[in-house]
Amino acid sequence: MQLDNLYQEVILDHYKNPQNKKLSPTYDAQVHHINPSCGDEITLNVTLDGQTVKAVTWDGVGCSISQASVSILTDLLIGKELSQAQVIADSFMHLMQSKGTEKGDENLLEDAVALAGVSQYPARIKCALLGWMAFKDASVQALAKEN
Amino acid sequence: MTFDAHAIAKDFPILDRTIRDGKRLVYLDSGATSQKPNVVIDAESNFYRLNNAAVHRGAHQLAEEATDAYEGARQIVANFLNAHSEEVVFTKGATESLNLVAYAMGNAEPGNRFHLKAGDSIVVTEMEHHANLIPWQQLAARTGATLKWFSVTDDYRLDLSNIDSLIDAKTKVVALTHQSNVLGTINPLEAITRRAHEVGAVVVLDACQSVPHMAVDVKALDIDFLAFSGHKAVGPTGVGIFWGRAELLAELPPFLTGGSMIENVTMTTATWAPAPKKFEAGVPNMAQAVGLGAALTYLTKIGMENIHRHEIALTAYLLEGLAAIDDIRIIGPATTGLRGGSISFTLGDIHPHDLGQYLDSQGIAVRTGHHCAWPLTRKLGVPATTRASVYLYNTTEDLDALIAGVQGAQKYFGR
Repeated sequence: MQLDNLYQEVILDHYKNPQNKKLSPTYDAQVHHINPSCGDEITLNVTLDGQTVKAVTWDGVGCSISQASVSILTDLLIGKELSQAQVIADSFMHLMQSKGTEKGDENLLEDAVALAGVSQYPARIKCALLGWMAFKDASVQALAKEN
Repeated sequence: MTFDAHAIAKDFPILDRTIRDGKRLVYLDSGATSQKPNVVIDAESNFYRLNNAAVHRGAHQLAEEATDAYEGARQIVANFLNAHSEEVVFTKGATESLNLVAYAMGNAEPGNRFHLKAGDSIVVTEMEHHANLIPWQQLAARTGATLKWFSVTDDYRLDLSNIDSLIDAKTKVVALTHQSNVLGTINPLEAITRRAHEVGAVVVLDACQSVPHMAVDVKALDIDFLAFSGHKAVGPTGVGIFWGRAELLAELPPFLTGGSMIENVTMTTATWAPAPKKFEAGVPNMAQAVGLGAALTYLTKIGMENIHRHEIALTAYLLEGLAAIDDIRIIGPATTGLRGGSISFTLGDIHPHDLGQYLDSQGIAVRTGHHCAWPLTRKLGVPATTRASVYLYNTTEDLDALIAGVQGAQKYFGR
């Protein structure tokens, strides 16, 4: 059924075994983002090493889509150059806006392509983007602190 | 006339459509908005087809017909609430009604009974919808008054044990919901209205979840102001009601000013028309008001007592069915005593959004989230719930579908 496009195995795996879901005691920036329409919340820490994303840790409550998406994000972006992280984030946001017409670049997005089905459910796009918007905010703040 | 939900459902054309791959629509989100019967859709569109003109102005036949239809609708609302027609104000919804009374109080000068100042208090409850919380938060912030509230107990009722200290000589307003949109709890009003009136405070009732579902008699309830939305009572969107006691509306300053609400105007001054016109600036939402009149006439014909009895039976059926499912936690009273047909629950580790999405794939429409009552869900320690809300057109088949859907979701997400 169509619902399987939304709830792919990879998503449920990340939901049940979220990666990096433990806030680090130290960080360059910490942000708290809320999805006011549904009450999902996330706290996310970013630590940089020069221009490299050294650590991303988080804690939060929310649906499987929002939780899996941020878990996938941490797997994907830790260790990447900030410029590359930006390319990946832009590609993911583009995928979310695609209304089901695109599958996503698996070389670039890896597990995050499993979220492609979300783009067919307009009410859920904000769930998938919660962690990504938090990362964007935190990385800008962390960079400003470094400079 | 015997109550037949299947026959009633036939009056609502949307209930004939299918959802996601041809599934029958099971609509269990009437607490958010109700569906509309043909008589309402026809009344609204026929107003545009046959009678449309600006009411209360114009010397032509259409203007007369439009005014008759609009004022006729006001009389229907008044009869429905056991009120006088001049006490009934059309707004664009309950949110506007509640903002109207809060802003109007904020406009009151010293000497007016509604004037608020530092040291005064406004009393609400922890189970309010944002629409009956934030206007009072803001009024308190603007006037320096203190916002206080009744807590919610572990069994999902208002804690009235401190009523005499909470509502005291400084209290000017007590604003509360008749029925919680999250918990389904129906609040007993008698002790609250008695205490409020004892200290000279007015009682504002958010009746969004009660007026569509049970007989509400404003005189018998001994309240002072009431708000509800037409769209939750099988009426159109964009129309709501603000009701107030005649002598209070006479003293309450206006909120929105402009055309139609004046008595006399010069370049520097204006005086107000008597209520209800004082609170209806501009050309009103005439077609929607007429649609609301048709909606309340429809509900009256079926009988509010019958509707309430039907919903209580459905609520009992659903509470029992859900209780048999592992990991279900009902967020609200477990029995039908002083409780209506909004049934919120959580299901183990399955997030409400995921459950709602699964139910949607089965054609079942429910609400998920904090239901615009964030302080309440936070207090209860549940960031979100799933809510099924029933109305006159729902049947036990709908509830069987929901129960099977919940069990299906457990299998689906348990894989």
